[in-house]
Amino acid sequence: MNENEMTSPGYEIPPELRHQVTITTLERIYNWGRANSLWPMMFGLACCAIEMIATAASRYDLARFGMEVMRPSPRQSDVLIVSGTVTKKMVPQIVRLYNQMAEPRYVIAMGACASGGGPFKEGYNVVSGIDKFIPVDVYIPGCPPTPQALLNGLIALQKKIKRQSLRDLPWYQKGPAEPIPVPVLGPDLMDPRKFALIREVTHRQAVQDQQEGEVAHE
Amino acid sequence: MSEAVPRIAQIPNLVDLFPDKVQPDTRPGYQGYLVGREHLLEVVQRLRDEYGYDYLSSVTGVDYLPEGKMEVVYHLYKTLGGPALVLKVQMPREDPRVPSLVPLYRGAEFQEREAWDLLGIRFEGHPDLRRILMWEGFAGFPLRKDWREPYFEEEAKPFKSRWPEGFVFRAEDRNPFGDNVQYPPGFDPETWTPPDDEAIYRVLKRASEEDDLHADTLVVNLGPQHPSTHGVFRMVVSLSEETILDLKPVMGYLHRNHEKIGERNTFLQNMPFTDRLDYLCSMSNNFGYALAVEKLMGVKPPERAEYIRVMMAELTRFLNHIFAIGFLLNDLGAYFTPALYAIEERELILDIFEAVSGSRMMCNYFRFGGVARDVSPDILEKVRRLVYDRLPRKVDEMDEFLTRNEIVRERCEGVGVLTAEQAIANSASGPVLRASGVPYDVRRAEPYSIYDRLEFDVAVRYHGDIYDRYLIRLDEMRQSLRILQQVVRDIPEGPIMTGKPQYQVRVPPGEAYGRVEGPKGELGFYVVSNGKPNPWRYHVRAPSFINLTSLVDMARGAKVADVVAILGSIDIVLGEVDR
Amino acid sequence: MTGWGILKSLWVTFKHLVVTYIEDLRYGKRRYFTPEGVEARRSSDVRGIFTVQYPEEKLPVPEAFRYLPFLIYEEGPDGEKQMRCTSCGICAKVCPPQCIWIVRKNDPQTGRPIPTPAAFYIDVDICMNCGFCAEFCPFDAIKMDHDYEIASYDRLSEHIYDLEKLAKPVTYYASIRPTDYALEEAARAQKGSAKKAETTAG
Ligand code: SF4
Ligand code: SF4
Ligand code: SF4
Repeated sequence: MNENEMTSPGYEIPPELRHQVTITTLERIYNWGRANSLWPMMFGLACCAIEMIATAASRYDLARFGMEVMRPSPRQSDVLIVSGTVTKKMVPQIVRLYNQMAEPRYVIAMGACASGGGPFKEGYNVVSGIDKFIPVDVYIPGCPPTPQALLNGLIALQKKIKRQSLRDLPWYQKGPAEPIPVPVLGPDLMDPRKFALIREVTHRQAVQDQQEGEVAHE
Repeated sequence: MSEAVPRIAQIPNLVDLFPDKVQPDTRPGYQGYLVGREHLLEVVQRLRDEYGYDYLSSVTGVDYLPEGKMEVVYHLYKTLGGPALVLKVQMPREDPRVPSLVPLYRGAEFQEREAWDLLGIRFEGHPDLRRILMWEGFAGFPLRKDWREPYFEEEAKPFKSRWPEGFVFRAEDRNPFGDNVQYPPGFDPETWTPPDDEAIYRVLKRASEEDDLHADTLVVNLGPQHPSTHGVFRMVVSLSEETILDLKPVMGYLHRNHEKIGERNTFLQNMPFTDRLDYLCSMSNNFGYALAVEKLMGVKPPERAEYIRVMMAELTRFLNHIFAIGFLLNDLGAYFTPALYAIEERELILDIFEAVSGSRMMCNYFRFGGVARDVSPDILEKVRRLVYDRLPRKVDEMDEFLTRNEIVRERCEGVGVLTAEQAIANSASGPVLRASGVPYDVRRAEPYSIYDRLEFDVAVRYHGDIYDRYLIRLDEMRQSLRILQQVVRDIPEGPIMTGKPQYQVRVPPGEAYGRVEGPKGELGFYVVSNGKPNPWRYHVRAPSFINLTSLVDMARGAKVADVVAILGSIDIVLGEVDR
Repeated sequence: MTGWGILKSLWVTFKHLVVTYIEDLRYGKRRYFTPEGVEARRSSDVRGIFTVQYPEEKLPVPEAFRYLPFLIYEEGPDGEKQMRCTSCGICAKVCPPQCIWIVRKNDPQTGRPIPTPAAFYIDVDICMNCGFCAEFCPFDAIKMDHDYEIASYDRLSEHIYDLEKLAKPVTYYASIRPTDYALEEAARAQKGSAKKAETTAG
């Protein structure tokens, strides 16, 4: 990162002070700091995770972006890279991990699967995109996204962070953040936010079935 | 050879041996024998004890809906080598019960649980018949032909809505819940009590009262989010102090319904899906599937394609093993240095894959009767440089780096021991089996492609501990390089495809089991065709999945810190475990 | 001797460290931020630094590389786009996860179908980058793109590619896949001349 990015536009710094002094706003330096010390969570789901490992390894080297520390614990990480197919069996754990992450927190949906279901979308155990449950900041298409595509996505996330205003970010508001309700595994995956809808539809189906049964009886 | 000595490659005539208990399977395109379910245990026991069929490779459930039957297919092998003996048990769909083979082969345990989970076939006498890939409480048996998933559109691909109807929609918008879910009619989510994990904890062995009074049993969950489980794998262990009393793997966190989707796909469409099974080794997966379908179709790839295939498969084996070693060391606590060295070599091989097939990981390179693209001379030159010069040097460097290191030896020697008998009974395969002293390699036992013409040794080690499983990977990398050197030396010019590339292949009815020696072990594809463009049954015998049976035997008595290394030494990939 | 193995291991890592500097000195300025430096760092005798510093340097992708599909159009004499696609539907049929939707076009006057798509959608959140569509399209109308820098902030608006977003000129195709393009053009020319010969003969 060079100081040009940190300095607010419109200030002329004398040449002898370049590289030593910078004039900036609190917001700008704050965002700059956040964007360049994102720690991803060491959390791999499927094939895309291997490309994530490749990105962290020597050829692509995440460390150049201040992301070298991949933390296995959600408490110490800022970015959740959802790298792979999200299955119904796994989604309660992912939501729980997300809830455990300290704010500010960001989510990257890496690959087709995490973004919208991917090639396995039609499968009975696959969730059509992690954004059905947790908010996603950046989507990276591809199956799998190559390491350079992932880096491109991470840079996109950094750009997004640098544009954010401290005033309206949810985690700088008063009061604690509401955790996302953890989905329940029943006869199928159940989102607690949709319980009413589920009951309504299944009851309608039951009534329908009953009527059909009666018709068939007659 | 005299008549009395049974030859290895000879399948005994079961009809003579077991009159009225066994019939030959006479359906066209099928092979093997049908056994009545009441005789199954007896027949299999005699085959195992008297005829040397000591290795149960795969257990597959098939739902023959039109005939109203369910079938369980067993593939038995001798660890001495030779072709498969295929046994089948048929049963009415309303009453799917078979005796469990777990008392004879422990390796059947997970596969039978899988058949119960996905097809609802009840295995009587199974010690722990719970769902394995889905969760307890899931409604229905998804692989049954009359079970439909929420996004169900048509029985078979291609779907008409895509073309010619041109009816554009998102699957979510058609579902009343706006998501990939469905519930039984009248279901009320408020009254649902989720079945907890008690079922798992109950079957765990605990310290009994009398042998250790002061030690409580502690149950610990590792995973599914754990840095050392190589993905979303979960182990429940019961501990007495630091020592592992018992261990239960819990899987299915990456169950992507490969087989259900595969039965809807056309034969060719499954090829890119196989890439995503063991996503480190897409080329080997392609190989196994191509072999199975080619067996059914009766085509053979031309000479050059065979060489290319073997070249790709061996490069895959190399990169898988070097990756496995790197991450085994990671599990041992060598934080990332060996893994980084390994990944460098992997990247160089991936460059080759990318240049020939177009993708680093999901190669989708094999076609029925050949391969997708030719290998250009300059890529071949690159391979030559790698296999003659760089990679041998790097294997030696790995060897120098790790083999004699005292910490590695201290942590690995004598830990996680699996005996040869256990390995065979557990249907372990690949490096896990060979590190336990069983020189069984599909490339030699039942050669496919051009392996019968290539010179290489089946690597074998005898201690069955983590250290040997590490060493055998080094050995196999060296053998792979030896094969590769022959291949790049001898590769002929010529076509790379038999016939024209087609997107709709004609596959005659019948069944086929194609197996290859994948980097993780014996990778088998069981494919049933009924003459339609889609397979009727498509089953994967996943080596990582079945090798996990041995995890308990290796871990029992070890310290809890070792279980991480033991798991690393089995080398699993979750895409293949859960499919 | 205990400890000897550990020393040997350390020696290996130490060599890796030293080689880094040796290589940097050997190459000098050419090593970083030059195409030849990138090429050297991916060759089979690379030693020392292995990193390619994306985004300043990019690892060039091989010609066969495939990411997402795109549709080829040819520019007409007055700049209008002529899609090569005839909406024959083979790509939609062969696509394994079924992520291609094609709406055929009808002539507004006669109501007869004309061979061009009215709409063409690819849901890139389903596409598995397998390349079958490009492989089996009989008209060379759909090809696999090389562009991977497509991260976005919203998927509903940006991840369903329509005709507009999919269409790219044939010159672009020729620039990313010159060999394939040359082969196809040669085949096409041959076919064209064969047809001409046939018609003149007949
Ligand atoms: S997007 Fe593709 S590569 Fe990534 S997890 Fe899904 S199937 Fe695997
Ligand atoms: S892209 Fe090719 S295969 Fe697809 S509809 Fe158009 S012409 Fe047919
Ligand atoms: S690349 Fe494969 S998945 Fe993607 S649109 Fe083409 S055929 Fe379908």
